[in-house]
Amino acid sequence: MALNELNTAAPAVQAGDTLLSVDDLHVWFELKRWGFGHAGYVRAVDGVSFKLRYGESTAVVGESGCGKSSLMKTILGINIPTKGDIVFQGQHLSKMNRRELKWYRSQVGYVQQDPYGALAPFMNVERILEEPLIIHGVSSKTERMERIYKVMEEVKMTPADDFLHKFPHMLSGGQQQRIVIARAMILEPKLLVADEPVSMLDASVRVEILRLLRNLQEKHNLAVIYITHDLSTVRYFSERIFVMYAGKLVESSRIEPLVQQPRHPYTQALLEATSDPDANNALTFRELPPGEPPSLVNPPEGCRFHPRCSQIIKGLCEVEVPPNFEPAPEHLAACWLYK
Amino acid sequence: MKNFLRFLSEIVQYPSAIVGVTIITLMIAIGVYAMVSIPYDEAVRLWRGGEDVWYQNPRNAAPSWFNYFTPKKLPETILITSFEEENPVLRKELAEKTILPREAGGDEIILTYTFEYDYDEFPKDLIIYFRSRYNEKLPFVAVRWYTPDEREIRVADMSIQARQTYRIVQDQRLVRRLRGLSPEIGLFADPESETPVPLKGTYKMVIEGLTFEQASNIDAEFVLHGQLHGWAGTDHLRRDLTVALLWGIPIALAFGLVASLGTGVATMIIAAIGVWFGGWVDDLIQRITEINLVLPFLSILIMVGTFYSRSIWVILGFTILLSIFTGAIKSYRAIFMQVRESTYIEAARAYGASDGRIIFRYLIPRIIPLLIPGLVIGIPAFVFLEAALAFLGLGDPVLPTWGKIINDAQFNGALYNGFYYWIVQPAVLLMLTGLAFSSLGFALDRIFNPRLRGM
Repeated sequence: MALNELNTAAPAVQAGDTLLSVDDLHVWFELKRWGFGHAGYVRAVDGVSFKLRYGESTAVVGESGCGKSSLMKTILGINIPTKGDIVFQGQHLSKMNRRELKWYRSQVGYVQQDPYGALAPFMNVERILEEPLIIHGVSSKTERMERIYKVMEEVKMTPADDFLHKFPHMLSGGQQQRIVIARAMILEPKLLVADEPVSMLDASVRVEILRLLRNLQEKHNLAVIYITHDLSTVRYFSERIFVMYAGKLVESSRIEPLVQQPRHPYTQALLEATSDPDANNALTFRELPPGEPPSLVNPPEGCRFHPRCSQIIKGLCEVEVPPNFEPAPEHLAACWLYK
Repeated sequence: MKNFLRFLSEIVQYPSAIVGVTIITLMIAIGVYAMVSIPYDEAVRLWRGGEDVWYQNPRNAAPSWFNYFTPKKLPETILITSFEEENPVLRKELAEKTILPREAGGDEIILTYTFEYDYDEFPKDLIIYFRSRYNEKLPFVAVRWYTPDEREIRVADMSIQARQTYRIVQDQRLVRRLRGLSPEIGLFADPESETPVPLKGTYKMVIEGLTFEQASNIDAEFVLHGQLHGWAGTDHLRRDLTVALLWGIPIALAFGLVASLGTGVATMIIAAIGVWFGGWVDDLIQRITEINLVLPFLSILIMVGTFYSRSIWVILGFTILLSIFTGAIKSYRAIFMQVRESTYIEAARAYGASDGRIIFRYLIPRIIPLLIPGLVIGIPAFVFLEAALAFLGLGDPVLPTWGKIINDAQFNGALYNGFYYWIVQPAVLLMLTGLAFSSLGFALDRIFNPRLRGM
C-alpha cells in the first residue's frame, strides 16, 4: 500500500536546534455586546506550548472548533496572540518590526484546505506564483520566471508552460493543490503550515499530494505543522503528534506510541472514532464520548474534558487543571490518571 | 485581445446590446463632429450671442423637417447677400452684383436677388440690411420687386447710411401701394385669387444704387424669414437649436460618464477600504453613508447651484461627492465582507501582501464584473440629473445643454404656443441616451452576472 511506503520512508526524530517555539500561547477573541460593550472572550487557544525542530514534521489533531485553526493562523502571523509568544529562530514574533515580520512571512509557507478557494480566481497560475516574489522584492522578471519554473518542476507540474496561463478553474483539484503547494514553496521557507491539505481531495489524489509534501520536506529539510482531524493520514506523514482539545494540548508524543497506546481519554476516544476500512467494523458499536465539545467562552473548571470523560476522578478532575504528566518517555499527557 | 474578442462575440448575441452600442457610437460620432466643427469658444459665443449673431434667423421657427409631415409646404428662410465674408452657421447664396461707372463720378451699382418660392404659406418677415461706403453724400437706392407673373412693384426709393436696416414689412407707404395688404402677403400674393395665396415661381428683387463719390460702395443682404428654419428650428432669441442639440451630446455624455465612473470607482474603493480595515474606519464610513442617505440629494444640489456656483464642473463634483456615500456602498460592503473571508486573501496575508495590495489587487478585481453593468446603467441617471438641474434653472450659465433648451421652452410657454419641436427634440435625445445605455447595461449584466454566481 502506497501510504505504508511513505511510513517506512519517514526518518527518525533527530536531535536538532529549535526552529519554532510556542510559549504559553493564548489567543482570545473579544465578544462585544451591542457593538461596544464587553461580553467576555472566546478562548480559542488557551496556553499552548511546544517546540519544533528543523526538519521536523508535527501533526496537530483535534475536532472542529478545538482551536487548531486559530493556533495555525497565529503561527502564520494573521492572528495576534493575547498572551505568550512565538519564537522563530530565536526571534520573538511580538518584537519583530515590519521588515522582520515580512522576512518571517517568507520563511513560513501556508498550504490550505480548499485549493480552489485558496487561489484567486481572476489570476492565472503565473500571476499567482509571481505575487509572493513581487511582494518580497524579486524585481527581475527573468529571475521570477526562473524560480516559477523551478518550483513548478518541484511540484511535478510539467511542462510548466502548459499551466502558467491557465486560471484555477481550468485545473483539477489535485493540480490546484499542487499550485497552492508551489506558492507556499516559492519563497523557500523553513516551515510549512499545512491545514488539512488533503481533506478536500479525492482519495486517489491524497496519496500523491502527501508523497509530494513528504518529498519536499526531505529535500528542503522543511519543518511541517500538519493540521488535521483525520488520524488516518497522520500516521503516515508525521513524526510527532499533538492532540488538542478546547484550546489546550492534551497529549503529545511520537506517532507510534500514541497510536499504540493512547493515554488521554480524549485521544482514546478520538482513535476509536477513526474510520478503518475493515469489514468487521460494520457491526461493531463505537463508544463515543457523550456530550458536545465545551463552550470556549466559559470552559469547564479543572480538566476541560471532564464533563465527557468516562474515567473521571471525582473531586479532582472538575476542580484542578491537570499539568502535563509523562507516563512514558517523550510522551506527555495532561490527565490526572497519570499522576 | 482574445478575451476581448470572446467578449464581443458574446455581446452580439444580445440585440439590445447591439441597439445600445449603435446609438452610443452614433452619439459619440456626432458629438465629436460637433466639437470639431463648432469649437467650444465658438459654441459659447453663439449660444450667448443675441441679435447681433442671430439677426438672420426668424424667431420660434419650426425645424425644416416639418414639411415632411404637413400637406402645405411652409417657407424656409432664404438668405441672399452681396457680402463676401464667411458666416459658418447659415447657408447662403450670393447676389449678382454689377458696377457701372458714371460720368458724373461715382458708380451705378445693380444688385440682383433671384430666388425660387415654391411654398404654400407666406414668409414671416422681409428685411434688407444695407451697408455702404461714402464720404459726404449718401448713396441712393431704388428697390424693385419682380413677381413670377412679371409684375413690377416699386418697393422703396431712399438714401442709405453706412449701416441701415430696411424692414420691408413695416413700410407703411408700401402697404398703401399694395392696397392695404401687408408687404409679406402683398408681394407674394396671387392677384387672381380671392383669398391670399402665394404665387409660386421665380422672384427677383433688384436694388439699383447710385453713389456720388469716388470709391463708394453699396452692399445689401436680403433675408426672407421663413416659418421653418434649419434642422432643429430656432428659439425665442432667434438662436439655432442645432447648436445646443449638437453640443448637448458631448456635454451630456461627458457629465454622465465622469459622474458614473467617478462615483462607481470611488464608492468601490471606499467600501473596500472600510471592509478591509474594519473597526472605526468602517464605522465612520457607514455612519457617513447613513447620514448622507437621509439628506435630500436634489435639494443640496439646488442650494449649491443657487448660492455657490452653477458651473457644470462644480455641480459634477458635488454630484459625485454626494453619490459616493449611498446605498451602493452598503451593497459593495456586503460583497466585500464575503470576499474578505476568502482563503486566497488569507493566503495573501500569510505571504506578506500589504494592506494596499490586498485592497487593490485581491479585493477589488474580484467584484469588477459586478461594477461594469452598474457603471453603464448609471450613466443615463446622471445625464437626466444634469438635464433636471438645467430644467430647474440651475444649468451651467455658459454651456448649451439639452436641459437648458427645455428650460427655455418651458419658460417661454412652448407647449401653449404650439412649439412642440422645442421640447420634443431635446427630450427625444435624452430618451435615446437613456435607452442606449440601459439596453447595453442590461445585456452586460446578463453577461457578467453568471460569473458572480460562483462567489
